[in-house]
Amino acid sequence: MIDVLYFAWVREGVGKGQERVDPPAEVVTVADLIDWLGYDVLADKAKLRAAIDQVFVPLDSKLGAAREVAIFPPVTGG
Amino acid sequence: MIRVVVSEAAIDVAGEMAVLEAVGGGAVATFTGLVRADDGVGELLLEHYPGATEAALEKLAGEAVARWALAGAVIVHRVGAMKPGERIVFVGTGAPHRSAALDACAFLIDRLKTDAPFWKRETRGGAASWVGERASDHDAAEKWR
Repeated sequence: MIDVLYFAWVREGVGKGQERVDPPAEVVTVADLIDWLGYDVLADKAKLRAAIDQVFVPLDSKLGAAREVAIFPPVTGG
Repeated sequence: MIRVVVSEAAIDVAGEMAVLEAVGGGAVATFTGLVRADDGVGELLLEHYPGATEAALEKLAGEAVARWALAGAVIVHRVGAMKPGERIVFVGTGAPHRSAALDACAFLIDRLKTDAPFWKRETRGGAASWVGERASDHDAAEKWR
């Protein structure tokens, strides 16, 4: 099971801040997970960034034993 | 000394300065960011990733302390709803001499922009829009790598 967190306009588009999912074995990378989740707002992966267990990672990173995956737009703090 | 605060409370610059002046260096450098009223922005909402935000800021502060041998580093970032003119971020460094304090302060604010999970949403006349990333912010962060 993976807790998936969404932030900013990704959260608004998905319609919730987080959910617990159990993806099949063929979901290997963060990009695979995004495709498998299937939300319209996630269609353009060039606009998305991600973190695995609270560490920023590229979308082609393997999920491995990830417990928490966050999907969000590029950050704009400061 | 590393101090990281992410909070909805207003930023007390005098209080943070006092913390930095107490770390025992000969130099303190600070940066304060204010909410701009760009194109009629009436409200700014700051969303963040609780836990990951604090961890990212502590990592950055630790990097600055190690690289410039700082006596102290403070990062305070406000989240939630803000009005133009209000303080959104404060970064301060304490060091034996000015060059380390100034360089580390610039490093912290440049890297904070790209390395910490915050998102800004501007509201203009009732219409809200999420702020997009700026290439210039990436260039500023890259020069410290």
